[in-house]
Amino acid sequence: MPPVTYRLHAKKTMSAPDALLALLSALKWRLRFTVAKVLMTGNAAIGEAAIRAGCQCYFGYPITPQNELTEYMASNLSRRPGCTFIQAESEIAAINMVYGASVTGVRAMTSSSSPGISLKQEGISYMAACQLPGLIVNMSRGGPGLGSIAAAQSDYHQSTRGGGHGDYRTIVFGPSSVQELADLTHRAFELSDKYSIPAMILGDGMLGQMMEPVEFKHEAPAQLPVRANGLRGAKGRPSRFVRTFTSNPAELEELNWSLFRRYQLLQKNEVSCENYLTDDAQLIVTAFGIAARIAKGAINEARAAGLKVGLFRPITLFPFPQQQLKELAKNTKYFLDFEMNMGQMIDDVKLSLEGAGEVAFYGRPGGVIPTSTEFLRVITRLYYQKGLS
Amino acid sequence: MLIKTVFAGFGGQGVLSMGLNLTQAAMQEGKFVTYLPAYGAEVRGGTANCTVSISDEEISSPVASSPNFVVALNQPSMIRFQNTLQSGGVMFLNSTLISVPPDRGDIEVVSIPANAIAEKLGSIKSANMVILGAFIKKSNLVNLQSLIDGLIVAMKGNQKLIKINNEALSAGFNLV
Repeated sequence: MPPVTYRLHAKKTMSAPDALLALLSALKWRLRFTVAKVLMTGNAAIGEAAIRAGCQCYFGYPITPQNELTEYMASNLSRRPGCTFIQAESEIAAINMVYGASVTGVRAMTSSSSPGISLKQEGISYMAACQLPGLIVNMSRGGPGLGSIAAAQSDYHQSTRGGGHGDYRTIVFGPSSVQELADLTHRAFELSDKYSIPAMILGDGMLGQMMEPVEFKHEAPAQLPVRANGLRGAKGRPSRFVRTFTSNPAELEELNWSLFRRYQLLQKNEVSCENYLTDDAQLIVTAFGIAARIAKGAINEARAAGLKVGLFRPITLFPFPQQQLKELAKNTKYFLDFEMNMGQMIDDVKLSLEGAGEVAFYGRPGGVIPTSTEFLRVITRLYYQKGLS
Repeated sequence: MLIKTVFAGFGGQGVLSMGLNLTQAAMQEGKFVTYLPAYGAEVRGGTANCTVSISDEEISSPVASSPNFVVALNQPSMIRFQNTLQSGGVMFLNSTLISVPPDRGDIEVVSIPANAIAEKLGSIKSANMVILGAFIKKSNLVNLQSLIDGLIVAMKGNQKLIKINNEALSAGFNLV
């Protein structure tokens, strides 16, 4: 566990001894953690990355399999000056606390797992309406209902289609390693602030609980920019309003247009994806998150057996890397979508390909973890069925 | 080369900490590692297992379809994982708690009376370290010293605990 340290910007008015102490511990931090990798659970890595990204408020309510994140924030964020950790009375309370904190202009986050994320949807919709940034982490588990506590990817639709009521989307990331969880936590805060749209990290129980070496490469600027529309007291200026209701449809239409334009900008500027061995591939697997890791294992084995198989892995799930996938269809005709659900991302795959490729599907729902060997059999069967060589 | 190991037993036997210590030691030696725990909602008495992958290259899937090694601390775990083990793989058994050996002829079995040895050393809780010592000697995955270095950090400098665990590790190491 990293030591508790205080970053200088967290406390603007600091006495001289305090500042010296803070400086020393900041140096200690750098010495220990920018040089070596540390072994951490995915959940803890998000917590550490969020703190380093300048997150000042965490609100959560316990649920497996994301409790290590709440635990990490309880012991690490709560002791930092100017920072707040609250274990709320419910998931609904937690997201509304994020909503409230975000209104004041600070970086705030919450986390939960599938059933808890469903409860948060009203709050997320309200944040979208108020054009507020904030980070929501979903370490998803098997569903529907209370489901199971095992890893699943059944929340893809909910995450990428907005989730709550109203015509809105959130920025969604689908990391596939502990390192990426840390990197994308930082990126999620940045993009969320830049576009004033809530961001979401869609992980799963396995990513949250597995441990891998991680290096924290990003550090927030010593002074985060103050958001222009933050509510921090109206002394000396006219009052500002942040509200989710208007009785004027024209005004609401303008808000929807404004959001829509930002989604277009996101699509244009902020998509990211990974192409793995796609150059000469006759068959391309599409998968995100932990399923992509399992697929990679199978693809390596398929390559060893001489099968030309590649992987397309979207890293931003919304905006989906449509152009990047369509591009691949110039050289490859066959696609195999692989998910730990009954087929959700496959919709985006088909929409992106616009009929340019043939898409097959393999999935395991409910929290069952497929293995690389199992998926290799699926790849091999399809490869020969289609007469590829 | 990619080597996958499954550690399995019931909650409270130190199954997850065995895996974690091994992962930590391998990481210190500069290898690529992943540690994937799986456990029920209950803490003690439920089933627990973890998969440790150690490789010289980047690890794609953290899941093990057919591990190279299985370390079973009780009978149900042995039964559950015996068929997943690779042909030619090695199974480490806690023979104090496992009376019936696995039903396969194509694997090597290393039986360690871990509970009995640990009890003789003074703490039955260190049975996991006895079997871990034997495991690293046989598998040659990491050095004993890296494991001990990791333990000192994990035990937060508690000399009494370090001594108990160290003795247990060495006892297992010298057994095979």
